[in-house]
Amino acid sequence: MPAGKSGGTPSGNPAVLTSQLVNSPALPAALRATMLLRCLAIQGSWNYEILVGNGMGFCVEPALRRLPGGIDGPAYKAALARQSVYFNAHPYLAGLAVGALARAELDQVPPERIERFRTALCGPLGSVGDRLVWAAWLPACSLVAILVFGLGAPPLGVLLAFLILYNIGHLGLRDWALRAGWHHGLRVAQALGHPVLQHGPRYIGRVSAVLGGLALPLAVHRAIGGEPPLTPVPLAVAVATPVFALVLVRLHGRAEGWRVVLLVLAAFVLYSVVR
Amino acid sequence: MPLDLATLLASMIPVALLAGLIGLDVVSFPQAMLSRPIVGATLGGALAGSPEAGLVCGTALECLALESLPVGASRYPEWGSSSVVAGTVATVGTTDNGLPATGAFAVAVVVGVLFAWIGGWTMVKHRQLIARFARPRLDQLAAGSRNTVVGLQVFGMTADLARGALLGATAFLIGVPVAEAVHANWTLPENVSRAVVITCVAGVAAAAVWKDFHAISGTRRLFLAALAVGTALVVWGA
Repeated sequence: MPAGKSGGTPSGNPAVLTSQLVNSPALPAALRATMLLRCLAIQGSWNYEILVGNGMGFCVEPALRRLPGGIDGPAYKAALARQSVYFNAHPYLAGLAVGALARAELDQVPPERIERFRTALCGPLGSVGDRLVWAAWLPACSLVAILVFGLGAPPLGVLLAFLILYNIGHLGLRDWALRAGWHHGLRVAQALGHPVLQHGPRYIGRVSAVLGGLALPLAVHRAIGGEPPLTPVPLAVAVATPVFALVLVRLHGRAEGWRVVLLVLAAFVLYSVVR
Repeated sequence: MPLDLATLLASMIPVALLAGLIGLDVVSFPQAMLSRPIVGATLGGALAGSPEAGLVCGTALECLALESLPVGASRYPEWGSSSVVAGTVATVGTTDNGLPATGAFAVAVVVGVLFAWIGGWTMVKHRQLIARFARPRLDQLAAGSRNTVVGLQVFGMTADLARGALLGATAFLIGVPVAEAVHANWTLPENVSRAVVITCVAGVAAAAVWKDFHAISGTRRLFLAALAVGTALVVWGA
């Protein structure tokens, strides 16, 4: 049971915090499920003024109902107000903050300490999540899907391969984040030292390079209709693709590939129709 | 055969609904990457009766999407809603082996990219709309009002669903007639045309892999070695 419920007197004292970690209360299953479900919608009201702040309040809210006085009590309203102000984090790792802040509120940690802790969490949760998920896991899973397509899988097979693989990582990370946040409370920075968060992007990046190299020739071959590879059209594609890629690499920062492709293909369509 | 207006409008409704749901996945709920092009376009193609054509179109758009990572608060293309429509557009003409016919395929990729770009702009407007909606309610938030917190989430997600559906409907109403016209008037050889489209998207994907992982030592050598193995597999597999 959280200390706050039994009238405990938590503080910023490190010895007390360590004792709280050792005696970490279990996150009740129903509360965990509700908060996890709400975490899936944490960015539902993302905006340029409070960013994901309202979403944080939305996710922590089920836990706050356990504060003395329930949803009509002053403790609940003060805590919900504190949790619904400006916040920024990667959506998948925001669960670390949700769990830790829920625990801190139920432990009735002093408000100014919660606010300082909340502010300090924004930066790391954003950068670690971006590196691990958007820059590593997502492209890796995309390349797996392209590889599965290249190997000749039917549409359902490609979709299932991508969605199952991606969401094992996605949902696993969200669930771990929520549990780790609750377990570590205000010491959640320890969880950010997890080897997967620290070294995962490097290993996933290497695997992605291999996946990309294998996937592209196979997928191109299927997409052009499976013509014999040593005939003029496939050979032309095999030569032109790296040349075009090289041009795009040289243009790095000056023009994004998808914009270039939009112009090239629009011109190509026009040429084919009006010539 | 070109669709008449009534049929076009009737066909638009399920596509728009799917585009709305898939658009919701991009940021608001649940970010399970149903909104990746390879998923959205395949579902769009399946809705129009040809998942295979949708899959080919989705793979092409996925190659382009590899380059634009949705990092932080940056503005990026919204591939979800547009991919659903692109997958549908790709089915306007199909070959015997289920591939999209070249004219429809080229238009589908153009529609996918163009409306992903426009979709990125609509996401910015959506976020500004939520901020405008939230501003007069900040006092209630500061008072710890549960109804305000939940109401803001529901408003944001509902608006996002409507944004995706509206974007999908617009893209469909423009994309399908254009694809039909282009498909009927396409003059270049099928295999050469398809090769041009595929070269473009594969080039972007190769450049993206090359750039995305450059900071990790050894990845470029691994990529080139795997590329050689992949090419050998194609040659020997044939």
